[in-house]
Amino acid sequence: MKAMPMPDTFFTASPHWGWLIVFYFFIGGIAGAAFFLSALLHLFGRAADRPVVRTGYLVALSGVIVSAILLVVDLSRPLRFWHMLIQSNTGWPMFKAWSPMSVGSWAFALFGVFTALAALGAWAEIRAPASPLRRLANGLPGKAIAVLGGSSGVFVAGYTGVMLSVTNRPLWGDSSVLGGLFLSSAASGAAAVLVLATTWRGRRDATSLEWLQRVDRGALMLKGVLLVAVVVSLGAAAQVLVGIWGVALAAVLIGGVLVPLLMRRGRWSIPERPMMVASALLVLAGGFLLRVVVIFSSESVYVMGAGVHGP
Amino acid sequence: MAEPMGFFTDTSVCIGCKACETACKAWNQLPAKEGGHPPMSGDSYDNTVRLSGEDWRHVKFIEQFSEDRSAGRWLMMSDVCKHCVNAPCLEVCPTGAIIRTEFDTVVIQTDACNGCRLCITACPFGVIDVNPVSKTAEKCTLCYDRLQVGMQPACAQACPTASIQFGPIAQLKATATARLSQLQAQGEKQASLYGADDKMLGGLNSFYLLLDEPGVYGLPVDPKMPTRNLFWGSVSSVAAAVVLGVVGLFGFRERRAVDESDADA
Repeated sequence: MKAMPMPDTFFTASPHWGWLIVFYFFIGGIAGAAFFLSALLHLFGRAADRPVVRTGYLVALSGVIVSAILLVVDLSRPLRFWHMLIQSNTGWPMFKAWSPMSVGSWAFALFGVFTALAALGAWAEIRAPASPLRRLANGLPGKAIAVLGGSSGVFVAGYTGVMLSVTNRPLWGDSSVLGGLFLSSAASGAAAVLVLATTWRGRRDATSLEWLQRVDRGALMLKGVLLVAVVVSLGAAAQVLVGIWGVALAAVLIGGVLVPLLMRRGRWSIPERPMMVASALLVLAGGFLLRVVVIFSSESVYVMGAGVHGP
Repeated sequence: MAEPMGFFTDTSVCIGCKACETACKAWNQLPAKEGGHPPMSGDSYDNTVRLSGEDWRHVKFIEQFSEDRSAGRWLMMSDVCKHCVNAPCLEVCPTGAIIRTEFDTVVIQTDACNGCRLCITACPFGVIDVNPVSKTAEKCTLCYDRLQVGMQPACAQACPTASIQFGPIAQLKATATARLSQLQAQGEKQASLYGADDKMLGGLNSFYLLLDEPGVYGLPVDPKMPTRNLFWGSVSSVAAAVVLGVVGLFGFRERRAVDESDADA
C-alpha cells in the first residue's frame, strides 16, 4: 500500500485568513504603490504633475486608513495589535528581521506616518498655501517625505507576497516569487487608480497620464511574466490550481493583464478616455481576483485527519 | 537550563483509547467543542478530526484493509506538537509570544499572543489553531506547568500502554532505537523513527516510531523552515521594485523625447 504523493505543504492547517486579508492585500498594495508612483512623479516629474502627485498621496492615505482597520479587525485579539511593535512584557520594541510580518508591521507603521505627512502637505498646497505646512509638499522636507514614504510604500506593496512565501501553506510556501508578483500587481493597480481618479475629476493632465500609462504597461508586463513564473515554480503543488482556481488565475492573466495591454498597444498615443477607463477597471479587477485566488485556493486544501485511508 | 525533555510516541503499542486526549483536555481545561456534542466525523473512530486550539492531543485512526476486508490492520497514532528544535512557529511569530523553555520545549504565551495566526501557516504539521475561548493561538505546552514542579505531562501519565513516553531526549532516543531494532527483528520491516535525529528541523523533541510511511499518518516527509523562501522571496520583491523604478525613470525620458519631437514638428 502506497500513500498518495502529496506536497508537504498539504499537511498544514488553515490560518483562517479570509476576505479581510484579501482586501488588505489589495488595498494596502495599491496604497503603497500609489505613494511610490507619486513619489517618482514628485521627485522627477514636472510642475504639471503636481495634481496627480497630490491625488496619489491622498489615495495612499485613504488606503492606509482602511488597511489599518482591516488588519486590526482581522486579529483574533484586536486590542493587542500593538504587540506587533512593542513587547508586551518588557515594553521594548518587538522586531524580527527574518519574519516578514514583523518587518512589515514596522514598514506599515512608518508608511502611515509618511503618508499622513505627505497628505497634509498636499492639502496645504491647495488650501493653505501660506501655512508652514506647505513645506511638507515642497523643498527638502517634501523630497525627504517622498523618498522615505516611497521606500516604505514599495515595501508595504511587496512584503505581503514574501510573507506568504515564508510559510508552509499550499501554494504560498511552494513559490518564492509571490513578493514580486504582488508588487508588480500593486503597481499596475495603483497606476489604474490614479488614471481613474484623474479622468473622473474631468482633468486632462495629459502629460501625467502619459507617464502613468507607460508605468502601467511596464508593471503589467512584469506581472504577466511573474504570474507564469509563480505557476511554474509550484511544481507538484500546482494541483491546487486544478479546477476553478486555475480558471480564475487564467482569467487574471487574460482579462487583467493581456487584454489591458492590448487595449493600449498604440505606441506613445494615449487611448481615448473610455478605453483608458475600461482598461484601468480590468487591471483592478484582475489585481483583486489575483489575491482572491492566491488566498482561497490555498485555503481550499484540507487533508482530513491522517489524510490517507484504505489499501 | 534543564535537560531537554520530550515525548517518544511508539505508535506500535497505541490502542486508540484516547486517554491522552482526555487527560490533556482535563488538565489544561480545554473547552468542549460544539457545546459538548461534536458531530460524528464518519472517519473511523476519530471524532476529534484534527489538532486545534481545543484539542492538543489527537488520536488518528488509519484503517488499512483489503477490498473484501479479509486482511488488514489498524494504525493508531496520538498526534501532538512536535516541539521542534528549530521551531517554524517560534521563528515567524511577530509578537514574541512563542518561546523556548528551559526544557527545550516550545510554548505559546497566551497573554502575549494577539491572534495574527502566522504561526498556523508556519507549522509544517498543522498543529496550532485558535482557541475559541482565549481567542489566541494554542497548542500543546508539553505541560510546562507540570514540568516546572517535577511532574510528567498529563497525557504520558494517562497512557495505559506506554505508547506515549516522557523523559530526557537522550534517554528517549536510546529507548526508541532499541524498540526499532526489536520490531525490525520481529519482521516489521516498514517500522521507522520519525524526527528522532537532528535532520528534521534540528530534531523533533516529540518524535515517533511509525509502522508505515509518514504520509499515511498525515505527516510531511520532509518538513522545512518557512524562512527557506525568505532570501529568494525578498530577491523577487526587490528585483520587481528595481524594474518598476527603472520603468518609471525611463518613462520620464521617453515623455521628454516625445514632447521635444512634438515641439520640433
